[in-house]
Amino acid sequence: MENDVMRASLASAEAAQNNHTPELKMSARDVRVFYGESEALHGVDLDIYANEVLAFIGPSGCGKSTFLRCLNRMNDTIDGCRVTGRIELDGEDIYDRRLDVVLLRARVGMVFQKPNPFPKSIYENIAYGPRLHGLAESRAELDEIVQRSLTRAGLWDEVKDRLDQPGTGLSGGQQQRLCIARAIAVSPEVILMDEPCSALDPIATAKVEQLITELSESYTIVIVTHNMQQAARISKRTAFFHLGNLVEVDETTKIFTTPSDSRTEDYITGRFG
Amino acid sequence: MDIQQAQPNPPAAASDKRRVRVEKSLQRRHRAERRFRFIGMSAVVFGLGMVALLFISILAKGLPAFWQATVVTEVYFDPEIIRVDPRPVAQPGESPAQLREREMAWQTQVTMVNWNRILEDSLIAHLPEAASARPRVRQLVTSGERFKLRDMVVENPGLIGQRAQLKLLADANVDVWLKGNIDRSLPDAQQQLPPEVRAWADQLYERGVIQMRFSTTLFVNPDSRGSLASAGLAGAFVGSLYMMLIVILLAVPVGVASAVYLEEFAPRNRFTDLIEVNINNLAAVPSIIFGLLGAAVFINWFGMPLSAPIVGGLVLSLMTLPTVIIATRSTLKAIPPSIRQAALGIGASKVQTILHHVLPLALPGILTGAIIGVAQAIGETAPLLLIGMSAFVAAIPGTPFDQSTALPVQIYLWQGNELRNFFEARTSAAIIVLLALMLSLNAFAIWLRKRFEKRW
Repeated sequence: MENDVMRASLASAEAAQNNHTPELKMSARDVRVFYGESEALHGVDLDIYANEVLAFIGPSGCGKSTFLRCLNRMNDTIDGCRVTGRIELDGEDIYDRRLDVVLLRARVGMVFQKPNPFPKSIYENIAYGPRLHGLAESRAELDEIVQRSLTRAGLWDEVKDRLDQPGTGLSGGQQQRLCIARAIAVSPEVILMDEPCSALDPIATAKVEQLITELSESYTIVIVTHNMQQAARISKRTAFFHLGNLVEVDETTKIFTTPSDSRTEDYITGRFG
Repeated sequence: MDIQQAQPNPPAAASDKRRVRVEKSLQRRHRAERRFRFIGMSAVVFGLGMVALLFISILAKGLPAFWQATVVTEVYFDPEIIRVDPRPVAQPGESPAQLREREMAWQTQVTMVNWNRILEDSLIAHLPEAASARPRVRQLVTSGERFKLRDMVVENPGLIGQRAQLKLLADANVDVWLKGNIDRSLPDAQQQLPPEVRAWADQLYERGVIQMRFSTTLFVNPDSRGSLASAGLAGAFVGSLYMMLIVILLAVPVGVASAVYLEEFAPRNRFTDLIEVNINNLAAVPSIIFGLLGAAVFINWFGMPLSAPIVGGLVLSLMTLPTVIIATRSTLKAIPPSIRQAALGIGASKVQTILHHVLPLALPGILTGAIIGVAQAIGETAPLLLIGMSAFVAAIPGTPFDQSTALPVQIYLWQGNELRNFFEARTSAAIIVLLALMLSLNAFAIWLRKRFEKRW
């Protein structure tokens, strides 16, 4: 387990050295989303690089969550929702009919706005995914995955004595970290987070933010947030959405200091949104 | 004007005026609230009062029927009267069929014995003055009890020549007379029993020969017309049980499966909308229509037996199906989408999401809906009348294909019985049994819900 972490951090250190040629993880070209007849997203082109934290910001209803849900095809579960365009994960079209959506979601995990642990024990919450995909061959291996996931989510010390108690009995912040642990238990490559801190208090938020920074060493993280300070604190790049358009995407520091579009500037300086 | 008063720093007089107005409107609002609460409370009290009245009247009428006038007496199996051959035993070289034939002949001989005379002798031992009125003294004991004596001898021929202390059911009219369910001051012509029999009944009751004993008859016997006092519920109860079983085995799985399909898998289009509307309509169809359907399809078309619990069960299943589907669908709708998203988000397939997460959470609601549907089904009478289950059946059905009646139908039949004085109480007793069955089913539903309820 220690080795894995070491190897992962070594890999990310290498990635940091070769910073000028980041590895492309996902790419979207002319992605449009329709709810029934109305178009909610008007052709988004976006690249996501390995091991970066990419933040989506923008006013409510601008399509940032809709786009996020395209990346692991969660939109498929919504009645009347239609996606066109092309999204690739490691060069593979994820909307290809031959692609198994179950496998895609194992590779692109998701953390939701409201903590949503299963009404089962803490252990079962984590073990469900690995068991589903047959990742553990023995009980001991499964135990190890559970411990490793909880440790990475910074929750192990808080819950190690009560793994058999319901996950719903934890505090809101703990529940959200449990959900993050559940997502990383299936070893995804990309983690999508849909406003993961909007239901949490400032202290719990700080813990989750720290966790996101740590996780970015080994995972690619895309996070939707309403909180611009949060985007500034944790993300490497930021994408600004407005009325279903991707207005601009750039290094976070650049977006917050010298945005190239006036709408971005208006939003960041609080003129609307 | 209000707007003017709401301006910053209003003059002191204006602010006073405003407070008075608010206070006045407050009083009005409080009065309205009290009135509303009072109306609600009175509605609840009225409803509870009516239910209490119903229960009190049923219990007051029905509970006495659980105790029945019983003659406790010594019976002498007089060999002078019981002149029968010894019970046949297997002869060497005899086939089982031959032995059975001789056995049947022997039983016929036993049945032909003048059992009434033995009963009369037993009663005359208590009432020497009745010796001259043998046919009348027999009216004290219900007519079916002579078969009890026969059965005892068939079972154990060694009883002949012995004495045995027996509990014999008194005649229904004796029970009515002793319980005061008939006006004692009525003239003889309007009484069911001759004057001397009434006097004997009183005498024996005083001496403790006739006692009010707990009536097991009610629970172990099927219905009876010849021997009214021994009419019981067992046939109807077993019939209802078979139907309940069929409903549980048919309506619940089919209903839950259709609900899961419609709610979770079916695409939303014109066709599924049509199905949904029709299911809702089906729930509103009067139950007697389902009986007609059963008579037309199951009996006329498929040639299933008349009066059989299998047909009743099928008809009730059809009737219960929409209830189960609607209850299950609304439970599934109430499962928070976050649980589905959580499961889908870590790569569970749709079926896995439903089987592992949605159904376990929906289980208490589904069970409650199913049990309420089943309880509704076993209380149903109208459709059963149309498939012949209102026939008089004097046997306990051995299989769902045998003729049978059902508890609510039994209530209906007893309610119409000619000997009202006796069957009024019997009817209420049957209602108590049916209500007890329903209440225990509902209690079971509540227990299940509490047992499986999980929070999320």
